[in-house]
Amino acid sequence: MKQVFGRPPVLTAAPTHYCPGCTHGIAHRLVAEVIDELGIRGRTIGVASVGCSVFAYDYLDVDFQQAAHGRAPAVATGIKRVLPDRVVFTYQGDGDLAAIGTAEIIHAANRGERITVIFINNAVYGMTGGQMAPTTLLGMRTTTTPAGRDAAQAGYPLRVAELLAPLPGVAYVSRAALSSPAQIHKAKRAVRRAFQTQLDGRGFSIVELLSTCPVGWGLEPIEAMRWLETEMIPVFPLGDLKVPGTGGA
Amino acid sequence: MTRALMKGNEAIAESALRAGVRAYFGYPITPQSELPEYMARRLPEHGGVFLQAESEVAAINMVYGAGGAGVRAMISTSGPGFSLMQEGLSYLVGAEVPCVVVDMMRGGPGLGNIAPAQGDYFQATKSAGHGDGRLLVLAPSTVQEACDLTLLAFDLADRYRNPVAILGDGLLGQMMEPVVLPDPVTPVRDTAWATTGAGRGPARVITSIDLEPEALEAHDRHLQDKYRCAQREVRWESYRLDDAGIVIVAYGIAARVARTAVDRARAGGLDAGLLRPITLFPFPSQAVRDAAGRARAVLVVELSAGQMVEDVRLAVEGRVPVRFYGRCGGVVVTPPEVLEQIEKAAADVGAGRRVQAGGTS
Repeated sequence: MKQVFGRPPVLTAAPTHYCPGCTHGIAHRLVAEVIDELGIRGRTIGVASVGCSVFAYDYLDVDFQQAAHGRAPAVATGIKRVLPDRVVFTYQGDGDLAAIGTAEIIHAANRGERITVIFINNAVYGMTGGQMAPTTLLGMRTTTTPAGRDAAQAGYPLRVAELLAPLPGVAYVSRAALSSPAQIHKAKRAVRRAFQTQLDGRGFSIVELLSTCPVGWGLEPIEAMRWLETEMIPVFPLGDLKVPGTGGA
Repeated sequence: MTRALMKGNEAIAESALRAGVRAYFGYPITPQSELPEYMARRLPEHGGVFLQAESEVAAINMVYGAGGAGVRAMISTSGPGFSLMQEGLSYLVGAEVPCVVVDMMRGGPGLGNIAPAQGDYFQATKSAGHGDGRLLVLAPSTVQEACDLTLLAFDLADRYRNPVAILGDGLLGQMMEPVVLPDPVTPVRDTAWATTGAGRGPARVITSIDLEPEALEAHDRHLQDKYRCAQREVRWESYRLDDAGIVIVAYGIAARVARTAVDRARAGGLDAGLLRPITLFPFPSQAVRDAAGRARAVLVVELSAGQMVEDVRLAVEGRVPVRFYGRCGGVVVTPPEVLEQIEKAAADVGAGRRVQAGGTS
């Protein structure tokens, strides 16, 4: 019988530690599939960040360096600068990338570092127990915004893709959602194009993946998927914000 | 071998090039900015990478990335930047990634000033950021020694897979002295652990996290074993120490001032001598203990409010009184000040055997 679906070789057989309904597993699979399809496993180096995905290296069978909270783009810069023919990517959550690591992501992007960033936006700090993230929606209840995020007190959801897209060093910016098979299919295309942008030497590439955190959100997994589509997508619109050959890189 | 007249900062940079450094990341801060400027000019000529980072926080993490990718990587800064690097250094230590970090100390705390000081001793020698890690710390006192210890720093970093700090000060960084530059070396390095892309082999991981307490304890004990092994690297210089009753312990620039004071004390018939730690971690505790065992008093001289003096007291273990004299805030001790302290020490513990005036031993 012909096998039509299986585990991509780069995705290890290790059971993940992620909660039921969490979309990290989907995002990992997409990265693994793209690395396999592009045939770059042997020359890819990942940079894991701090948060739920800190052990990404247990699930993706490529060389990995684990970075301090928010510093993955700086670590990736160090690797890529001394090994320019390797494929270097970071895998970061919203607290890591959009709060403590804001300086590192903006300057890596602005230098046009030829790295790829997989940015998981689930609007909450997952690992530490559901606190407010920079991407938390207005009115959204978290353990540190028990009455809902109030703009006057805690500011506004940070739109990272929109923030980075205008920078001339940035070649590819896309936002996708991991909420349905159709959206996941689009997300895969974006991840692939981001890696291809790096392979083509075009500049910095980032894919923001809207993701669920059922435990952090206090929702059932299926409710979480619906909530992502009805609440998050209006705040974080999907699609390519910048493609290579436009506006600089 | 090349002779040159160079600033300390430039001599360290040139020596690093000759040691085979392949990546330098930094952020401008006085009094060490000649070092990144030198690297910006010269490192690309040597096929290396120079990058000015957006902060010292980013710079040390770039070093972590480049070091993890298997090349000799380096960074330099002064106190405030060294503080910002502590997080990254903790990761480098935990993940066992080698690098060389230069701290040209300045007056503090806070923004302090840009004058020479030695107030970063605790930060450099006691802990590499959070957790139980250490830096190996080298303290040159001349431009020539800065040059020589840079070569050693890269070798030690590789040998122990641990960051090595060169702890200088604004005076050492800024002053020009004649220096004999080392011949370029092609380092033979074991980088089988580096994450360079797995090829067809198994994937490698560089990380410092282990959620299993017993496993992390085993790793931490492995680090401590390395530091115990590193005791064999301990270095110090003795000056007129064999018959010294008043032993001065000082490092770096303070030791040069103290050396002059020792000569003046000897000229005045006082039996002073100098023990100059070259490695601050590992600290030459046994040498200090031995010297103290033959002495009537120990005098520690620092450009700080008193930091190394704690290690000296631990080494001396109360055998003889340990006195301290320091200036801080960027004020540099002078030979007459140190001489006065020697005379006071001699007055308190007895002048001892008068030595023949003049000459150096």
